Amino acid sequence: MESLTLTDVEQKYYSDLFVYCDTDNTKKVASNGKVLDLFRAAQLPSEVVLQITELCGATRLGHFGRSQFYIALKLIAVAQSGLPLRVESLNSVKDLPLPRFVVAKNEQEARHTAMYPDLENQGPYQGVIPRPPGRGQVKKVSAHEVIQPCVPTVEPQPDTTSPVVSPNQSPPTSPHAWRKHKRQASGGNVERPPVVVAGAVWTPFREAQSGPVVAGDGMWSAHSPPPVQESWENSSIRTVASVATANEIQRQSSSGYDDPWKITDEQRQYYINQFKTIQPDLNGFIPGSAAKEFFTKSKLPILELSHIWELSDFDKDGALTLDEFCAAFHLVVARKNGYDLPEKLPESLMPKLIDLDDSAEVPDQAPDVGYSGSPVEVTPNKSPMPSLNQTWPDLNQGNEQWETFSERSSSSQTLTQFDSNIAPADPDTAIVHPVPIRMTPSKIHMQEMELKRTGSDHTHPTSPLMAKPPELSEETKLATSMKFVTANSGDGYSSSDSYTSDQDPITSVVTRQRSNSGTSPEGLKVVAAPPPPPPRPNASHSRSSSLDMNRNFAAHPTGPQQSGVVACPPAIPPRPLPTQTSGPHSGHRSDEGLAAHSTTSPQQIPEQPNFADFSQFQAFAASDQPSDDEEKHPESLPGEKSTEGAGPLRTVKIDNQEERAAATVNSAKGSIMAPPPKPVRRRLKSEDELQDEALPPKSNVIATVLATLPSIPRVIVLSERNSRALSE
Amino acid sequence: MAVCIAVIAKENYPLYIRSVPIQNELKFHYTVHTSLDVVEEKISAVGKAMADQRELYLGLLYPTEDYKVYGYVTNSKVKFVIVVDSSNTSLRDNEIRSMFRKLHNSFTDVMCNPFYNPGDTIQSKAFDSMVSAMMVQVS
Repeated sequence: MESLTLTDVEQKYYSDLFVYCDTDNTKKVASNGKVLDLFRAAQLPSEVVLQITELCGATRLGHFGRSQFYIALKLIAVAQSGLPLRVESLNSVKDLPLPRFVVAKNEQEARHTAMYPDLENQGPYQGVIPRPPGRGQVKKVSAHEVIQPCVPTVEPQPDTTSPVVSPNQSPPTSPHAWRKHKRQASGGNVERPPVVVAGAVWTPFREAQSGPVVAGDGMWSAHSPPPVQESWENSSIRTVASVATANEIQRQSSSGYDDPWKITDEQRQYYINQFKTIQPDLNGFIPGSAAKEFFTKSKLPILELSHIWELSDFDKDGALTLDEFCAAFHLVVARKNGYDLPEKLPESLMPKLIDLDDSAEVPDQAPDVGYSGSPVEVTPNKSPMPSLNQTWPDLNQGNEQWETFSERSSSSQTLTQFDSNIAPADPDTAIVHPVPIRMTPSKIHMQEMELKRTGSDHTHPTSPLMAKPPELSEETKLATSMKFVTANSGDGYSSSDSYTSDQDPITSVVTRQRSNSGTSPEGLKVVAAPPPPPPRPNASHSRSSSLDMNRNFAAHPTGPQQSGVVACPPAIPPRPLPTQTSGPHSGHRSDEGLAAHSTTSPQQIPEQPNFADFSQFQAFAASDQPSDDEEKHPESLPGEKSTEGAGPLRTVKIDNQEERAAATVNSAKGSIMAPPPKPVRRRLKSEDELQDEALPPKSNVIATVLATLPSIPRVIVLSERNSRALSE
Repeated sequence: MAVCIAVIAKENYPLYIRSVPIQNELKFHYTVHTSLDVVEEKISAVGKAMADQRELYLGLLYPTEDYKVYGYVTNSKVKFVIVVDSSNTSLRDNEIRSMFRKLHNSFTDVMCNPFYNPGDTIQSKAFDSMVSAMMVQVS
C-alpha cells in the first residue's frame, strides 16, 4: 500500500469519517457495516465500491483500518470525480475533491445541532428550505438536484477549482438542508429526521436575505475554491464536532423511535433567544399580534400558521408563554421541513406548568386566595395549602389555577412543578403576616372562634391578635365552653399549670407576632388605651391557679363558670352571666378566699383601676400579684367590669364570650389561666354595652373582673411596645 | 345532534356553515337564512334598557315540520344557528344550550387566534372537530 498523503482538509475530513465509522470506538478499525454504508452513500456503483475495498487493502485485511479507510475514501473521491481507480492515483491526482457521501454526510451534518451559529453566517437558504427531509432518499436526491442547478452558476471557474466546488455541493445539502434533530430514525439512507432545524428555516426569520444564493454552509456563496474550501472546512469541523454526537444519536435513534417532536437543547436555546427578541421577560407573554408578525415571516400560509397557533396556544388566551412559543416555533420549523402538522399537540411540546413563583401566576393566584374566605393576603394562604397546589398544578394564565389544568394538561410533567415552590407547611412560618382586622368586637370574636373551631392552620390573620392559628385552635379545642379567644396565646392554656409557663411564650408569641406584622399593633392601638404592663402573672398564676383551680373545681363543680375556668382558658363569660352569677361569684370569691383577691377583689377594683380585677380569679390572684392575675384573666372576665379602659376591652370580649359561653362567669377563674385575650382589641365602646348589660349589683364584680381585663391588653401592649421598639 | 350548524357574522353573512346531508345543503342554507329574520326580531324585541341583559340563548326560533331551528346570539352580534331534526324528540333544551355554549367557547378560541381575521370564514380545525362532534353522525 503506498503511503497516502492527504491535505489538511482531507485529513480532517477523513478522520471525521473514520471516527464516524468507528462505532466500536476502537480508534483503529472502522466497522465494516458503517464503512459499507458510507461507501454506499458515495453513490458509486457497487462494483466500484468492491474495487475500492479491494484496492485499499481491506479485503486483504478483512477490516478497515485507518489507513485502509483513508485510502478507500481517497479512492472514492477519485471514483466520484470520474478518474480511473488506480492505486497510483491516490497521490497523483492533484486537487482531488473530497469524497461525497450523500447519506453519511446527512447524518453527520444532521447532528450539527450546533449549526445554528454557522447558519447565521450563511446566506439565506431560499430554494432548498421546503425540501422535506423526511421523505427519504428521493428527496435528498432532489435536494441534490436542486442544488445541482446552482452549481453551474458556481462552476464557471477554472476546472481545477470546479471539482473542488462540486463536492461541496453534496455535503452542504445534507447539512444545511437537514439540521436533523438528534433523534433520527436509525441511521441509514432513509432517515426520518424529525424536525430538522434547517439553517434555512432560520433565514425566513432573519431579515437578511440575500438573494437566491443558497449558502448551505456558506458554500454556495463562495465562488472561489478557497472560500468553498473554508466552508468545507467549516463543515468538516462541524463534522468533527458532531461525530461524537452522531454516534450517540445513532445509538439513540437505533434504540427506538424517538419522539420526533422533542426539542433539542440547542433548538430550545434558539427559541428562547428568539423569544427574548420579542419579549425580554422570559416569564412574560408574547401577545398575539407580535407572534403573528413573527411567524408570518416564516412564509407559511396563514391557514397553517393559524393551525399552529391553535395547537400551541395551550390555554387559549391569545398570548404565548415561553413554552407555547417554543412549541409554536418548533411546529413552524417542522412544517417548513415538510412535516405535516399534527392534529393534536404532541406531548413533548406541551407547555409545562407555570411555577408558583412565576410572575404570570401571581395574578391568577390572587383570586385563589379567596377560597380561604378570609380577607388576608395571598401568601399566607399559599403555604398552608401545598397539597392543593400540587394537585392543581396548572397555573396557566388567565384561568383559576385550580381549574385549568385538570381540563387541559395531561402531561405528567406538569404535575410536579409546584413542589419546590410551595412554602413550607410549617405553621410557624406559614403565618407570617398577621393582618389585624379592625372589626366590631363581635365580629372579631366570631372570627376568632371560627378560627379556633376550624382549627385550621391557616394564617387566618383576621384575628387581631395574630396568634398562631394551630396553637390557637388546639387551645380552643381544649377549651370547653369557656373558650378563650386568645389569638396570641395558643400555646397551652389548657391547663392551669401550663398557663404560667405559657404566659411567657404567649406573650412572646404575641410580641413576636406583633413584631412580625407591623399591622397588628394597629388594631391594638385602636382598641387599647395602653394600660401599664401587668406584672408577670406566672408565678402567682402557676401556684395560685393550681390551687385555685383545685379549689374552684372542688368548690364549684357545677358552677358554670368553673367549667370554663377549670379545664382550660375560660372564655370570657357572656355578659349576662356575670351579672347573673355575680352574686354567687362574689360568694365564691369570698369563699375561696383567694389570698389577695378573694376578699378584696371587689374592693380592689378601685385600687387597681388598670387591672381587671378578677375576683373570680382569686385562685390565681394568689396573693402576689393580683394585677397579674387580672391581666391574665382579661378574657375570663365576665366582661361586666367596664370601668377601666382595659375593662372595656375586656368587656367587649366578654360580650362575645357571653354570646358563646354560658355562665362563664367563672371565667374569672379560668381567665387567669386563660391566655391573654384578643379581647384587647375590642373597642372601648363595648364598654357601654357591657355596662348596660351588667347588672348593677354585679357591677363591682364586673368591675373587678374588668379590671383584670387590662392584663390582656397589657399583654398585647407588651407586644405593641415590642413592636414599636422594633420599629424604632 | 344537529343536522346543520351555522355561524353568522354580525353583518349577516355566514362565517361557518355546515350541514349533514351533503346533498341537500342548499335547503339548510335557506333555512338558516330565513332564521336570521327571526333572530333579528328577537334581539330587537328586548328594549334598550335591557340590551345588556338580553340572554344569549334565544331558544326555538321556529319549527317546521321537518326540523327545528334554534338560535343564539353573542354580545358582538355573532349568531349561532342550530338546525335539528324534528324527529329527534329526545333532544332537550338543556342540551341545545350546552351545544351553543360549546360553540361559543370554540368560537372564542378561534377569535383568540391572532392569525384569524375577524370576518374571515372559520377554518380552524379545532372548531371543525368540535362541530363534527355535535353533528348527526352520517354513516
